[in-house]
Amino acid sequence: MKRFAISPPVAALVLSVVLFLLSGLLPNGYGSDVNVAISQATNILRLSVFLGVIAAGQTLVIISGFEGIDLSAGSIVTMTAILTYVYVSGENDKVLVALLISLVVGAVIGFFNGVGITFLKISPFVMTLGMSGVVTGAIIVINHGNVSGKVAPIMTRLIARPVAPHIPIPSALVIWLIFGLLMWLLLERTTFGKNLFAIGTNRVTAKLSGVNVIGMNLATYSLAGALAGFGGFLLVGNTGVVLISLGQPYLFPSIAAVAVGGTLLSGGKGSYWGTMAGAILLTLITSLLTTMQMPDSVRRMVLGATLLVLISIYGRQKTLRQ
Amino acid sequence: MKGFAWGGLMSRYPALFALVLLVIALSINLILQPNMFASDTLNSNMRVFLPIILLTVGQAIVMLGGGIDISVGGIVSIVNTILATRVGLEGSAEAMWQYVAISLLVGALAGAINGFFISYLRLQPIITTYATSFLYAGFALFILPNPGGGIPAAIAQFYRTTIPIGIPLAFYVIAVVVMLWVYLRSTRYGGFLYAVGGNAEAAYKTAVPVSRVIFSTYVISGLMAAFSGIAITMLSGSGNADIGSAMTLNSITGVVIGGTAFSGGVGGVVGPIMGAITLGIIQNIISFAGITTWWETLAKASIIVVALAIPGIVNLFRRRE
Repeated sequence: MKRFAISPPVAALVLSVVLFLLSGLLPNGYGSDVNVAISQATNILRLSVFLGVIAAGQTLVIISGFEGIDLSAGSIVTMTAILTYVYVSGENDKVLVALLISLVVGAVIGFFNGVGITFLKISPFVMTLGMSGVVTGAIIVINHGNVSGKVAPIMTRLIARPVAPHIPIPSALVIWLIFGLLMWLLLERTTFGKNLFAIGTNRVTAKLSGVNVIGMNLATYSLAGALAGFGGFLLVGNTGVVLISLGQPYLFPSIAAVAVGGTLLSGGKGSYWGTMAGAILLTLITSLLTTMQMPDSVRRMVLGATLLVLISIYGRQKTLRQ
Repeated sequence: MKGFAWGGLMSRYPALFALVLLVIALSINLILQPNMFASDTLNSNMRVFLPIILLTVGQAIVMLGGGIDISVGGIVSIVNTILATRVGLEGSAEAMWQYVAISLLVGALAGAINGFFISYLRLQPIITTYATSFLYAGFALFILPNPGGGIPAAIAQFYRTTIPIGIPLAFYVIAVVVMLWVYLRSTRYGGFLYAVGGNAEAAYKTAVPVSRVIFSTYVISGLMAAFSGIAITMLSGSGNADIGSAMTLNSITGVVIGGTAFSGGVGGVVGPIMGAITLGIIQNIISFAGITTWWETLAKASIIVVALAIPGIVNLFRRRE
């Protein structure tokens, strides 16, 4: 029952391009200046990287099915961003350890999610929602209202700046492409990926055909946590400052990016390319609304309506008659 | 997978766990605050809990039908801003009732929009109501960009201090809601609701009007959100477009602590009401226990996670035996 010939990732990308071209016609758009247009486009792509990476873990848990979702992603991002910021405190040689800390802390939080979901049979939505509260609470305790730290110069260099002074490609974009390739390999070329789609489609048949469903569930949530942790590391490299609500604004957009990218929220079907396209489209819409200098109220309404239209086009579940 | 004793008990009496939690929370609160059952203290607690209780009831009905409604906080905000801007501090009682009626219509309409997309266009509830939550929260902010406005002081006072025969107003409201629920459950519609939440496909095959039932749950949720918005406006007496945003997640937590299954078809409304009260009491306990502000969020979240984990842990041990 395919009603649209083009796949959601392609549709999201095409829509992004069309929207971007149309945005040139806006009163304060780039007009006929190609250079400005290119720099605006690269900037939007650069900003999409952070949403895209944070949405990677979300893609995995959503593909894993069984109402899989990770509502703790936003607070993990804030947590690892603050840890990185405090630990690195401006020194280049601490960056690798900070990256490791981010991944491990994220993975541990994700593992706890997995334990609650797998062994205690708490629904993923509720478990990760509760975990989000716990992590936020822990951040407040650790943070105690203020943190002192600093991002290392090398992080700014590798994340926030272009590849080289004369090549205007943002380094973050390169990181994202490599990251995307790894995600593709993980999903399409490894046993983990194969098993992930299997448990997402049908847990019972997956188990009967020898997939370790419990292990897969734990691994998926741990990995999702680690990826959110990586997102926090990247994000602080870009912003250079931390605040207690750094990650939370990325939470629901990360789910929306997955949905817009054509990954079924019921699991078993999806791709990271789709999520990447979704992240670009959502970031584009958000920044266009900001450029148009609309009041916050109108901006929210337009964002809500756009999302509704997007998912109405290709987010529909199968009808009961089928 | 629900064959264990505790699991069986839980599925037969889903509210049992909520009742146990509520009793524990009440006992701790009573130790910390010995006068909590004095009618004044009780009233000052219950009037704060009521808005979230009403919201939780709507959420519970949506979740019974197998869905979720993330937009309820936005609807609360819309109702709050409508009342605060249209009635005003100097408004008359007639204007208040007129806009209360309009608010209920707006709530039902907002719920109907959710229901239309979810039941007739077959969109995923979580992402749909997420999108509409932006729509509604944005609309509330459009009505009232900066906190302000209000309702007549006399009406706010009525809500805050009415204690007929020593029992706070909130209990009467809860009693009415429970009676309506008991009636609803006994009707054909009640049966349909559980059938749809349990297994929509099977329900469809046995000629249950699945789409209409799902649609109705969101309309009910919108209506309850409107009631919640009216209650919180009378409680605060003023308008703030952001008032509902923190309430959505509380309503979901309340339902789950109340023993209504996330996957639908199991539970009721009484458990979630107790769940919502328990949440409020946990907040009370934390403020009375003298925990420093820094630890408050962590303490509250940990208590909630432990409360959610207890049935699972008990189950785990039962299985080992």
